[in-house]
Amino acid sequence: MAVDYNAEPLLRVEKLKQYFKNGSYVVKAVDDVSFEIYPGETYGLVGESGSGKTTIGRGIIRLYDPTGGRVLFRDMDISGKLDRYTNWELRTKMQMIFQDPMASLNPRKKIGDIIGEGLDIHHSYSSQEERREKINAILAKVGLAKEHYDRYPYQFSGGQRQRVGIARALIMNPDLIIADECISALDVSIQAQVVNLMKDIQEETGCAYLFIAHDLSMVKYISDRIGVLHLGRLLETGTTEEIFSNPLHPYTISLLSAIPSPNPRAERSRSAVSYDYATSGLDYNRGELHHVGGKHYVYGTDEEVAGWLAKEN
Amino acid sequence: MPEISTVTNEDFVLDVSKDLTTDKNFASQGFWKGVLTRFRKNKRAMTGLVIILVIFVLAVFGPMLSNYGYKEIISIGSGQDVVAKSLSPRIPALHNLFSSSAYQDAFADRVFLFGTDSLGRDLWTRVWYGARISLLIAFVTILIDMLIGMSYGLISGYFGQALDGVMQRFVEISNSIPRLVIVGVLATFMPKGVWLVIVALLLTEWIGMSKIARAEMLKIKGQEYIMASKTLGAKNFRIIFSDVLPNTIGPVITQVMFSIPTAIFTEAFLSFVGVGIVLPQCSIGSLIEDGFNNITTLPYQILPPIIVLALLMLAFNFVGDGLREALAPRIEDM
Amino acid sequence: MADKILDIRNLDITFKTTAGNVHAIRGVNVDLERGETVAIVGESGSGKSVVMKTAMGILAGNATINSGEIIFRYKEDDGSLQEVDILKKEKKWVRQNINGRKIAMIFQDPMTSLDPTMTIGNQLIEGMIMHLGISKEDARKRAIELLEEVGITDPEKRYKQYPHQLSGGMRQRVVIAIAISCYPDLLICDEPTTALDVTIQAKILDLIKTIQKEHGISVIYITHDLGVVAKVADYVNVMYAGRIVEVGNVEEIFYDPKHPYTWGLLSAMPDLDTDDDRLYTIPGSPPNLLHEVVGDAFAPRNQYALKADWKEQPPMFKVTDTHFAATWLLDERAPKIEMPQELKKRIERMKQTKG
Repeated sequence: MAVDYNAEPLLRVEKLKQYFKNGSYVVKAVDDVSFEIYPGETYGLVGESGSGKTTIGRGIIRLYDPTGGRVLFRDMDISGKLDRYTNWELRTKMQMIFQDPMASLNPRKKIGDIIGEGLDIHHSYSSQEERREKINAILAKVGLAKEHYDRYPYQFSGGQRQRVGIARALIMNPDLIIADECISALDVSIQAQVVNLMKDIQEETGCAYLFIAHDLSMVKYISDRIGVLHLGRLLETGTTEEIFSNPLHPYTISLLSAIPSPNPRAERSRSAVSYDYATSGLDYNRGELHHVGGKHYVYGTDEEVAGWLAKEN
Repeated sequence: MPEISTVTNEDFVLDVSKDLTTDKNFASQGFWKGVLTRFRKNKRAMTGLVIILVIFVLAVFGPMLSNYGYKEIISIGSGQDVVAKSLSPRIPALHNLFSSSAYQDAFADRVFLFGTDSLGRDLWTRVWYGARISLLIAFVTILIDMLIGMSYGLISGYFGQALDGVMQRFVEISNSIPRLVIVGVLATFMPKGVWLVIVALLLTEWIGMSKIARAEMLKIKGQEYIMASKTLGAKNFRIIFSDVLPNTIGPVITQVMFSIPTAIFTEAFLSFVGVGIVLPQCSIGSLIEDGFNNITTLPYQILPPIIVLALLMLAFNFVGDGLREALAPRIEDM
Repeated sequence: MADKILDIRNLDITFKTTAGNVHAIRGVNVDLERGETVAIVGESGSGKSVVMKTAMGILAGNATINSGEIIFRYKEDDGSLQEVDILKKEKKWVRQNINGRKIAMIFQDPMTSLDPTMTIGNQLIEGMIMHLGISKEDARKRAIELLEEVGITDPEKRYKQYPHQLSGGMRQRVVIAIAISCYPDLLICDEPTTALDVTIQAKILDLIKTIQKEHGISVIYITHDLGVVAKVADYVNVMYAGRIVEVGNVEEIFYDPKHPYTWGLLSAMPDLDTDDDRLYTIPGSPPNLLHEVVGDAFAPRNQYALKADWKEQPPMFKVTDTHFAATWLLDERAPKIEMPQELKKRIERMKQTKG
């Protein structure tokens, strides 16, 4: 699928800030992060724990109220006070798949009712038969059987539950699905199942993904563009090709070198490049995103970026 | 494995499962079935349950088994009668063994399983009638407690911040007022009796439940499935009562089981100190009070109500413990 | 005859649950030679952790061991070689003499294996004083050496700190230091890096490798991550539904896998050069072992299932002296079935990578 980068972006995140107050101490979980997602695109957001990637996802879908910045979804500001219509758009056209398949399904609800919750909340059916039909269709789409409708979450394996989570998001026909580490708790073989399923769905419905993960090999496989986060800052972003063949920021380089590969010969000789912010001499408070060609941007001061570019050539 | 293989040459053809893409697996066991199995295995809890059932059945049918009303003063003859005051327990077939005085012999053909009290009323009838009142008070208060306590705790925990602060300070203040003071104040503008006991219990008992409900809410509201409901646009009311409430059921049931004996005991205590049940009605507590007055001369009068009270409290505690274990089993990880 | 340190034979375990009996381990054999590294790979629920818990005598109370033996050969303090069948010994004896002493374990989440209320130092010396019988002062000295060895800077300061004051990677290093403090013969690592960030994972694995070499420790990895396996293992056991379905050295498993389940596992993890539109995956989910398995447990998910798979469990077919796989596809009567094309291409590509 080719993404049309000339189209209007589906989601525009502008200078998003998310601070958490902890007594008198302020944690800057996300600081001045900007990026956009185009219709039908998969944008991968990678970073370690504590990089703020989950917070960004939750800030966009308004599980948190942003401290600063703007988020535009389908040209509507969804970062401020939400009016009725904007709220409706946000709650139907943007959906989320969660990280922990054990915790993301209500243990006291039947699978069918979990999937149908969106329909119930927005009254989007005219009869019980229609509701049941819609849910059964989604069950089939995610590779589960009709008989699963009346089952409870604890009767399922992790991969099956994650498919239920996808079905719950999918039933609203969203334009954007935020997938927050949705495969990291799963076994490798099941991860591939889920990723395949997500790709199929995208092909069919043309929805866009914000794919949040720390596993770069899966991110590379599924994403059109990638953003690298560290300590709440977006350090580098570009197409998957640009990031993997031409990483500029030392953190990105370190992250790429750490990707394990299922290949003993390569793996035994691989040595990871280490990166330590404290000793790197970089200051994330100084600098801005520099355009370095194509869709490729890197964060730093003018001199830093010039230096990295020089090293590259 | 030295077994002889049953595999033949014909078996070496591809035979792939037809429905490869649809996943039909699921674990078959239901949640409540598991709870039931675990509960049944718990001998103590089952004993408790049997005791509760027996007492319950006796409370309902016990008074009917005797021929006397709970306030009927039993006597023989008309006019200046012989009243069956303070008779010891007796069964006609056995009474000769214990028979002591001519006065008691007048009632030789009557059955008084627990004897009679000092006014001449049948204690068997009165004990079960009293148990009925006690159980009724317990269940009514617990029901209302659950409504008040749970809503209070869930709302306080869900909204958090300032609202939670105010609501929790209120809980602390109400909790610090001794129950007797509340009863005393109530007694000045309410007639003594069942309702006084119920209102007194209502004013104090919900606090425990609200604390449990609030703790559960705090635990559950950060769960991803609650976030999922929020991202789907669920309103607060729906999240609190449709998403969170069913998940608090385990601790709540357990808490109920533990507050029933408290309620029964409180009622008994209030009746014992004389602000509870009004005569000629009786409850376990007022019976104990009556018996206590004669404990040195007629000790058998106090035994039946005390044993029933003790058994009830013990049994509910057993069942509560059993339920707690059955609802939240230790996870045997594999 | 090489020096086998651990020899698990025919292990068969059932768990009694309220839902019925779960036949979790159905005849497992694992060998480990002294100084080598074996990985047990499998999905969650395959029973890989159960096997190792059995070896450490920390099996849950509702488990019944139906058959099998776990022969463990360890060096006594005077250097003499001892041999025990752990299953025949009392749990208490195993806890006192084997656990933490001769077999040490590293768990997935360092936060749960460290006591949050004790300083790093006290947790380190506790085992040494108990097992080695050395004085507190000696234990302290050795603890600081150990902290240095596992790459913790400023060990004197860290010695006095509490677990929550350290980062995830640091904590895992402390866990490793505790594990090796009593000179174990065998180290069991249960998903040692899953809870850590990618950039730290490789460092922890390297550390375990170095320590293994220096102390001559044998290591068992329990993991579902083939990247970890590729990096550290000499031999690989692939486990599925309570059985080992394929075993071989690391080159054989990665470059010449024979079992369809191994094919699925390998192709499910994209390497950086994968650009196919779809990953080849194993459909469905693992079976529920509450129900007794008839034939091959993998048959319902196998795209290459034979009729024979539904009838009888395949035996271990020999491929080479070190490589065995339990699939009827290796029977001489079976049709010639090759691994999926994508995987074949990928293996070719991987072999090109210089070693």
